[in-house]
Amino acid sequence: MKRRRAVVLVRAAVLAGSILVLEACCRTGIIDPLTVIPPSAMFASMIDRIGSGELNESVFSTFSTILLAFTLAIGCGTLAGAMIHRSTRLRDVVDPLLASYYSVPTFIFYPLLVALLGLGKAPLVVLGVLSATPAVVISTLSGFDGVAPVLLKLARVHHLGPARTLWWIVLPAALPRLFTGLKLALSYALIGVIAGEFILSGTGLGYDISFAYQSFDNRAMYGTMLFVLLVAVIANGFLYSWEGRLARRRSRG
Amino acid sequence: MTGHSHVELNEVVRSYDGPPVVHALGPIDLVIGRGEFFSVVGPSGCGKSTLLELVSGLARPSSGSVRFEGKQLQAEVPDGVGVVFQEDSSMPWLSVRQNVGFGLRTSALPQKEIAERVDHAISFMGLAEFADHYPAQLSGGMRQRVCIARTLVLRPRLILLDEPFGALDQQTRLLMGDELLRLWRETNATVLLITHALDEAAMLSDRVGVMSARPGRFIDMVETGWPHDRDSRVVTDAQFGRLTARLWSSLREESLKTMGRAA
Repeated sequence: MKRRRAVVLVRAAVLAGSILVLEACCRTGIIDPLTVIPPSAMFASMIDRIGSGELNESVFSTFSTILLAFTLAIGCGTLAGAMIHRSTRLRDVVDPLLASYYSVPTFIFYPLLVALLGLGKAPLVVLGVLSATPAVVISTLSGFDGVAPVLLKLARVHHLGPARTLWWIVLPAALPRLFTGLKLALSYALIGVIAGEFILSGTGLGYDISFAYQSFDNRAMYGTMLFVLLVAVIANGFLYSWEGRLARRRSRG
Repeated sequence: MTGHSHVELNEVVRSYDGPPVVHALGPIDLVIGRGEFFSVVGPSGCGKSTLLELVSGLARPSSGSVRFEGKQLQAEVPDGVGVVFQEDSSMPWLSVRQNVGFGLRTSALPQKEIAERVDHAISFMGLAEFADHYPAQLSGGMRQRVCIARTLVLRPRLILLDEPFGALDQQTRLLMGDELLRLWRETNATVLLITHALDEAAMLSDRVGVMSARPGRFIDMVETGWPHDRDSRVVTDAQFGRLTARLWSSLREESLKTMGRAA
């Protein structure tokens, strides 16, 4: 417990130190304020933008898109992973494709998605799903592979059908590895959606950052960037802490 | 043999498709009486666990038939059969109480009775203090007791145990043997115990079947003659030494075959 607290303290100190160094560099002119504004100004800008309600529409648009993409990726990825896991032949075919999927920059599909689905939310959601799903599929496969065969025998001894075996045994047993996919899926969905907004969308936080950048409005750009960064870190931190609690329950001796 | 036939194996053979085809077991003819404590010993890889899987319905014989209470098994575990595996099969995401009650989740019994059965099984296995603990907080022996308690709540008429104490130290095994005998007497169930430990088989059983090297067949049947209310103190009886010696003399040649050496 003491060690964990020490690690958290050191981590916070490193982060705070980095922010202070950046602040000092910006204030003293070592870094040109036209390039990067001081972190305190970023923070003030973020508060101003949130307080004024300027970001409300973009926040709702972006995070509802991310949430939709994330949820679809979890659902589709887990289902696809479960189906691939059941079929050895399908697995033989899909495994190398999954392994090479990470090298595909999914953004290249954006023009195609716009052509197919128009300029609304749909192409952004699909982009988020395309980015996030493989991570979920791979972690589902890895999780299901790791389920102890004895637990599957136990399911048969207790006369559990496929659905109950999945729900009561396989998913909880695979949960630690599924969490890895969950965390990656969140990151990829966030990257996919915000980058999509950045390139072509007319709404959302990605568009706001892009617009501010093109208008040389550094204050607005960094304020929005900081907001996106903080939300991403908090969401990931929440998943990490949830995962940690589950892991501790399973491993405390 | 104690009562009427409870489990019956007729000309049971189990082989695995190849190439090469592996003849794992049989032919086996065996009758286990109702309420009997029957143990199987044999060299490594002789098919002991395969035999248990066939009797539980987890696997089907390649030929021959397995009957439980007169009904032929059809590749599924029949009602009234409980299995305790060699590996730790406690579920780490569930507390001891939830683990023990797991098999009753689909039961139509009233919640009150379920709770009573779970509490009784937990107390019976000496786990009352740990009911809200998680398996990771328990020792290996305690986790195995959780698995036995999970079987106990189902009130099985046939209990199958596949080397359940294999991973435990000698003292714990002796004490767990006592727990098992208590459980056997309390439930009046028939017990089939697979073990590699001759002393365990000699101490616990009414009858011990000795299996040959693969393909496993019964080469000796040893009646122990112990009283029904026995416990681990029988290890101090002169009869215990004689039984263990007989089991070893039947098994020695087969064990050497498994090691690829002549007797």
